[in-house]
Amino acid sequence: MSEQLPLTPSQTVGPYLRLGLDWPKGADVVPPGTPGEIVISGTVYDGAGVPITDGLVETWQADPDGRFAHPDDPRGAVEPSVPGFLGFGRSCTDETGRWSIRTVLPGALPALDDDAEEAPHLDVSVFARGLLDRVVTRIYFAGQPGNDTDPLLAAVPAERRATLVAEKVGEAEYRFDIHLQGDRETVFLQV
Amino acid sequence: MTLAHPRPYRQPRDTHPPLDYTGYKSTGLRAPTQRPILVPQRLTEVTGPLLVGAIGPNDHDLTRQHEGEPIGQRITVSGRVLDSDGRPVPDTLVEVWQANAAGRYAHKRDNWPAPLDPNFSGGGRVVTNSLGEYSFTTIKPGAYPWGNHHNAWRPAHIHFSLFGRAFTQRLVTQMYFPEDPLFAFDPIYRSAPEGARERMVSTFDMDTTRPEWALSYRWDIVLRGREQTPFEETHE
Ligand SMILES: [Fe+2]
Repeated sequence: MSEQLPLTPSQTVGPYLRLGLDWPKGADVVPPGTPGEIVISGTVYDGAGVPITDGLVETWQADPDGRFAHPDDPRGAVEPSVPGFLGFGRSCTDETGRWSIRTVLPGALPALDDDAEEAPHLDVSVFARGLLDRVVTRIYFAGQPGNDTDPLLAAVPAERRATLVAEKVGEAEYRFDIHLQGDRETVFLQV
Repeated sequence: MTLAHPRPYRQPRDTHPPLDYTGYKSTGLRAPTQRPILVPQRLTEVTGPLLVGAIGPNDHDLTRQHEGEPIGQRITVSGRVLDSDGRPVPDTLVEVWQANAAGRYAHKRDNWPAPLDPNFSGGGRVVTNSLGEYSFTTIKPGAYPWGNHHNAWRPAHIHFSLFGRAFTQRLVTQMYFPEDPLFAFDPIYRSAPEGARERMVSTFDMDTTRPEWALSYRWDIVLRGREQTPFEETHE
């Protein structure tokens, strides 16, 4: 193994993260009015069930064709099929602990090696005062047939899987709450 | 067509603070109690936003975002963003935020009795060049008190946010200034493992200090690098 440079440690974003991390259009993964747009929103809760008002939720996802505009997509980087699609969303939690993004449903991802195909999902980072490092989770979508065979969901104990699945609450609206602790603690991932 | 698993990023070791570090009280109700589930890195994890984004003309100079100049010691902060293999991370967004020279943030929830500075907002953003280098101009932030324990003070620091090239490389951290006497008392600084903490401390650099203008602090940031390929490993 070659010599490695030691990594820089993580630190909390602290309570004043908005000064550096709030983007006016951060929640728009796609421009408003994009055909097929959906809103995903929810509340971030602490272990006492109190909404966290100084947190940040970030999302990263494939486009509706299941592709990434990134050189490490082994199928090649392609321009997204949806004009203005960024793949990335960012939402500071508000005074009530709510976050929200506007996006489109990602496509399924192809199977890798002997893995199974991945159901549509978003990768999520959560930052907050009191979190010394980000925590990572995934958002899946209720009613997607591929959820049953998704390799990541399969690695999660069955009784906790529901914490990774956004609930459909409207025509084009999904709800995904994040519980940092408690009976309904969200499943967090080490990637 | 069969697609190979992408080459994963190395898992960090002896680097990051434990989420349940008890010296920092806010971890109590916020650190998850269950261990995270270790999952393979797939396509969503080895890709990530390659943002250059919209960078404003004064985003790199926090002393020029208002009509007048902020009070305080003018400094430049510069360095390189690298991965653990020593490869520069080019074209990546670096976001910073900090308190003013008196230790007060321009944030509505920060109301300890130190003055606000009408000429200082405290937020900046730069993009690394092709060599992974970044640089910004600001004023040295002050220390500030907080409610963690009796007479708790944060050492002066600048908050940093980095993306790298992949979701797995995302990092938010804080940069400190050399030989701060508050290191001995600060649970956030001390939450990082001994031996890793000093990686968050910048160095004063006379060579890049600008005469009659600004003191220079240098700080390199190291993000996770990739596992070697099996082919490379057989040759080590
Ligand atoms: Fe701070």
